[in-house]
Amino acid sequence: MKKTDMNPINEALTYYLVPFYNNHIREYILHEYITLQESGGYEMSKRGIRYMASLISLLMMTGMLAACGNGGSGDTGGASGTNLTLLTDNSQDAVNVADALKAAYEKKNPGVTVEVETRPGGSEGDNLVKTRLATGDMTDVFFYNSGSLMTVLSPEANMEDLTGEAFQANVSDDFKSTVSMNGKVYGAPVGATMSSGWFYNKKIYKDLGLSVPKTWDELMANNEKIKAAGITPVIGTMKDSWTAQVILLADQYNVAQAAPNFAKDFTAHQATFAGTPAALRSFEKLQQVFDKGYWNKDFLAATYDNGIKMLAEGKGAQYPMLSFALPVIQQNFPDQVDNIGFFAQPGDSADKNGLTVWMPGAAYVYKNGSNVEAAKKFVAFIASKEGAAAIATVSTPTGPYPVKDAQMPDNIPSAVKDMLPYFDQNKTSLALEFVSPIKGPGLPQIAVEVGAGIKKAPEGAASYDQDVEKQAKQMGLEGW
Amino acid sequence: MNRVFRRTYSYWFLMPAAVIYFVIFLLPTVMSFFFSFTRWTLADWEFIGLDNFVMFFQEQSLRIGFQNTLIYAVVTCGLKVILGLLLGVLLTSRLRTRNYLRSVIFFPTLISTIAVGIAFSMMMHPTQGIINTALGWAGLPGLDWLGDTRVALLSIALVDVWKGVGFATVIYIAGILSIPPDYYEALQIDGGGAWHKFWNIIVPLSRPATNSVIILSFIGGLRSFDLVWAMTQGGPGFTTDVIASIIYKQYQGGFYGLATAGNVILFVIVTVLAFPLYRYLNKREVDL
Repeated sequence: MKKTDMNPINEALTYYLVPFYNNHIREYILHEYITLQESGGYEMSKRGIRYMASLISLLMMTGMLAACGNGGSGDTGGASGTNLTLLTDNSQDAVNVADALKAAYEKKNPGVTVEVETRPGGSEGDNLVKTRLATGDMTDVFFYNSGSLMTVLSPEANMEDLTGEAFQANVSDDFKSTVSMNGKVYGAPVGATMSSGWFYNKKIYKDLGLSVPKTWDELMANNEKIKAAGITPVIGTMKDSWTAQVILLADQYNVAQAAPNFAKDFTAHQATFAGTPAALRSFEKLQQVFDKGYWNKDFLAATYDNGIKMLAEGKGAQYPMLSFALPVIQQNFPDQVDNIGFFAQPGDSADKNGLTVWMPGAAYVYKNGSNVEAAKKFVAFIASKEGAAAIATVSTPTGPYPVKDAQMPDNIPSAVKDMLPYFDQNKTSLALEFVSPIKGPGLPQIAVEVGAGIKKAPEGAASYDQDVEKQAKQMGLEGW
Repeated sequence: MNRVFRRTYSYWFLMPAAVIYFVIFLLPTVMSFFFSFTRWTLADWEFIGLDNFVMFFQEQSLRIGFQNTLIYAVVTCGLKVILGLLLGVLLTSRLRTRNYLRSVIFFPTLISTIAVGIAFSMMMHPTQGIINTALGWAGLPGLDWLGDTRVALLSIALVDVWKGVGFATVIYIAGILSIPPDYYEALQIDGGGAWHKFWNIIVPLSRPATNSVIILSFIGGLRSFDLVWAMTQGGPGFTTDVIASIIYKQYQGGFYGLATAGNVILFVIVTVLAFPLYRYLNKREVDL
């Protein structure tokens, strides 16, 4: 048999079927074919044709199945390289961050490849992560929330202990406390901290001669003036019910100032929202915004995206929100981003004015993965100065980084500049979900009820206490 | 007989279907009964007896949920029966555009519920929605269709009727067409009018169709979830929560045992309400 002797079957094999399986299988088919041809020439018997046809279709199917199987499992492609897999949520920002880290790390470490997989965000994503861990099908490294959400993933069984890693020396203690369980640290920070408070439109503040409020009363006085000027004072976007919680969550600094032991007692079932004046005050603030009519008219139908647009376009003066809104503003309204300022939700006294802070999500190493050591090195990179720099190239920081020597980029938005003094003066407090594992799942809806006047503040606080009980019992916490 | 049977078909032919039925239906059903008695994190579980059921019944939004589920089921079911019957009569009459209209009425049934929900919640937007804009042109005050706690559930029910009435109509068309023409001839001989035709022939003799529509739409209403979730997610607050959305939120919260208990309860409720209804309706069917 001459090699140049091309015939239709060989041609088909070479051009159409090659992608489906490797050379080994192709050789085998060719061999079968040659044997057949030698026995009866090209004009083989009908039986032979049928045999060939079924053989080819069988191989095609196995080839395709094999290709499907390879998609997820991260087959070691190169001869020498290590292949790491990374799971992140599918929001544009998260994907950009993952890709930037991948590119920077691959450039620094030739021979290592990182494969980024995505998952949905929100509760659906939580379930997916839990399911993948439960079925032993997790990526080498995965990004997930820090704080209480992380503790329900059974860290001891699923995550590699990172307490002794060298990179932890540069990570802020506040952050470490949010990824620890029973004295062991399991995560490394991915990106910048986040704050919650009130974004405001600087131009409106300037036009009306307002100054940044240091107490809740000053804030309400500002609202009155803004309303009198015919502008929506406070943007409400309760169609996305999670946004309704922000006033409650952002008040944590004030709660912690007035009742320093609240988080601990609350976790131990010794304090409630309805029974603690400082905590009830948060609900009253939310109710007050409704009672005074400071929301936009369509606050029950408006969405988070609408809210950002209203703020940037000056249709609303202030928007209580988490600072992850900043990259969105920067992307969608780049010319307005420096017109947006930020202040912490004020309390009742001007000298106790501070910021409620969220720690970024963390990178965890899957304990039962196949590349634990390589994964640890990658995680150390993510939590380093270089990692922060790589993230900064694609994602506007929403606050300072929890990594000691990490540099802020020069062009940070003015709202982030407004946050820095709180950090410099140490006037920050971790959000409640980081200091207590309890967060009732019904808070968004209850916040809507209070914010829309369906329930008064004390009723809302009481029903949240009940909601919390459900979660604590389901977690099997002590004292509930 | 037995020999013939054995020669023609073996019971083994049932195996593929039986395996699928067992793995996909029976097994999960039995497992869900089991897991409803546990505190379950997908990875492991702990037996806690009836605690989940107790907790589910203590759920504060549950009373609203039950109430809403019943209102929703009755309203959608009632409207689908009435509108379906009227449209069925209309579309079996001698209308020039009959076939075209039949497709138009049936069309919403084919669209994804989520798409319908999103589209309608945009149209029902209080300030930018097309419905209030149109009402404004007519000089009528608009409503906050999904934001007003008094009308939100009814707004969703109306959308459900819009989407589901086509199916009811098709069942009615089939029911009405299967009425033997003898009855109409008898009516003509007796000199009855259009009203008699409708009330004394079509309504009683399309009883089987009515029963199917009632059963299908009532059960559909009891387990309604997708449209509610797409339009309000049970909001504002908890005002449009139905049992299924409460269960879903518990599942989202990671309370798998509790949510499973809720599903077992929903299963029992649907059975307890639908089965007697079915028996009752079937007893009253008239033989053609």
